[in-house]
Amino acid sequence: MGSQTDASAARLERITELAERVTAPAAADVDRNARFPSESFAALREARVLSAGVPADFGGHGASLTELAAGCSILGQHCSASAMVLAMHHIQVLCIARHGASSPFFRTYLTAIAREQRLIASVTSEVGIGGDMRTSLSAVETTGSRFTLNKAASTISYGAQADDLLITARRDPSAPGNDQVLVLVRRGEFTLERAGVWDTLGMRGTCSPGFKLQSAGGVEQILPAFGDLASATMVPVSHALWTSIWLGVATDAVGRARTLVRAQARKTPGSVPPTALRLAEVTTKLQLLRQAIKGFIADYEALIVQPDGGLDTLSSIGFALRVNQLKVSASELAVEIVSHALSICGIAGYRNDGPQSIGRHLRDIYSSILMIGNDRLHATNAALLLVHKGD
Amino acid sequence: MKDKIRAIVVEHGRFAGNVSSLADDADLYAAGMTSHASVGVMLALEAAFDIEFPDRMLKRSVFESISAIAMAVAELLKEAGR
Ligand SMILES: Cc1cc2nc3c(=O)[nH]c(=O)nc-3n(C[C@H](O)[C@H](O)[C@H](O)COP(=O)(O)OP(=O)(O)OC[C@H]3O[C@@H](n4cnc5c(N)ncnc54)[C@H](O)[C@@H]3O)c2cc1C
Repeated sequence: MGSQTDASAARLERITELAERVTAPAAADVDRNARFPSESFAALREARVLSAGVPADFGGHGASLTELAAGCSILGQHCSASAMVLAMHHIQVLCIARHGASSPFFRTYLTAIAREQRLIASVTSEVGIGGDMRTSLSAVETTGSRFTLNKAASTISYGAQADDLLITARRDPSAPGNDQVLVLVRRGEFTLERAGVWDTLGMRGTCSPGFKLQSAGGVEQILPAFGDLASATMVPVSHALWTSIWLGVATDAVGRARTLVRAQARKTPGSVPPTALRLAEVTTKLQLLRQAIKGFIADYEALIVQPDGGLDTLSSIGFALRVNQLKVSASELAVEIVSHALSICGIAGYRNDGPQSIGRHLRDIYSSILMIGNDRLHATNAALLLVHKGD
Repeated sequence: MKDKIRAIVVEHGRFAGNVSSLADDADLYAAGMTSHASVGVMLALEAAFDIEFPDRMLKRSVFESISAIAMAVAELLKEAGR
């Protein structure tokens, strides 16, 4: 146990070093030009971070969700786009590791992720559906042992840079919209035709335009029972890692505010600058955010080591409420914290240059409330609360 | 009881196609019942049988088929001494 903790701490140390040396200096350019953070990913690949979530049996680090979340948070302090790309990749890896390990095809694929440091993108949202992950229009069409799958994807982050894609679709053309499967296609098995440009307020380096996807492969590349997979892994892991990035962004914004307050205090020793009170207030909120995420991840990790992988609880209404509450509350809190940091920094924060600039943080953090729209999640929870008794 | 449950499931499950011939053990989620629709089914069952599903029963496995629902309803009726 001790050595596992040490190994985990050493890996996080390496991410911290890499983030400061490679990710941070490129962050402004990545944002300005809405370009992929390629230098970050070259370094992350070299440090074998792309297989952190792959179990050790398949050549990865078998890192816990706690470790993956900490890594995303560290990266998020320097470049939220880099952190979001890494988080989305980890999510895809965990879906495959937890739900594909009984399939020879996916076992081989897991070793390929580790060996080749392959980057996997996510294709859930669809034109005409929006952020409702549990509904698809497109369907897998199978002939013998082969399938084809075409999808009008409304947003695919790093679609142009990914090696492989994990796609949601209806099981077959006659299946209802929520009878979905998850399909892996590898480079050479798909084409993406870009539909539109990604020129957004923030999260510009995720490079997430719409694409028209065409793909084909063998039926062994299909993971069945997406419903269980989504509630046991994809949704809780997504919310845990996204919120960890937002924590990183908020932490850095507050750090910038803290530097400014300290500088003011040094100019007037003996008196507490008025901004210090605001800083006390915002660090309290930051602590609240940190604890909410930490508590959720601890509970989730306790569930997945149960004999049934925690599926019984993870597929319950009570847990669905909790997963959504984490995402909604963390995103609202993170936006609040970053705008609070801006008001502490004043004009130094409003500037796009300088060490106290909060502009990029503010633009990036606003994506949190619409990355699965909060109102959509509130509406889901409102329905679930009609039957949940809270007993 | 299963017929009463089936009628409620068909009315509130918001299925896409014709489901009047749903087998007792057919997977309702695979037949198109979303988790949103399952909430409607739960509420209608609570009203029809005058029961309340405790939170421990509010999970996919309990509502995945007519048979599974019947077992849960029977358990609650028995607990209530009915
Ligand atoms: C930075 C970033 C990266 C992304 N990367 C990817 C990716 O790699 N792959 C991918 O598949 N997707 C990706 N997405 C898309 C994301 O998963 C969501 O699908 C998307 O943010 C939702 O888009 P929307 O607001 O157009 O759609 P909608 O979900 O249709 O929402 C539109 C509006 O309607 C509201 N709304 C919707 N339903 C309800 C309801 N029932 N009740 C009340 N209000 C409702 C929403 O809150 C929102 O305000 C990304 C998004 C962002 C911001």
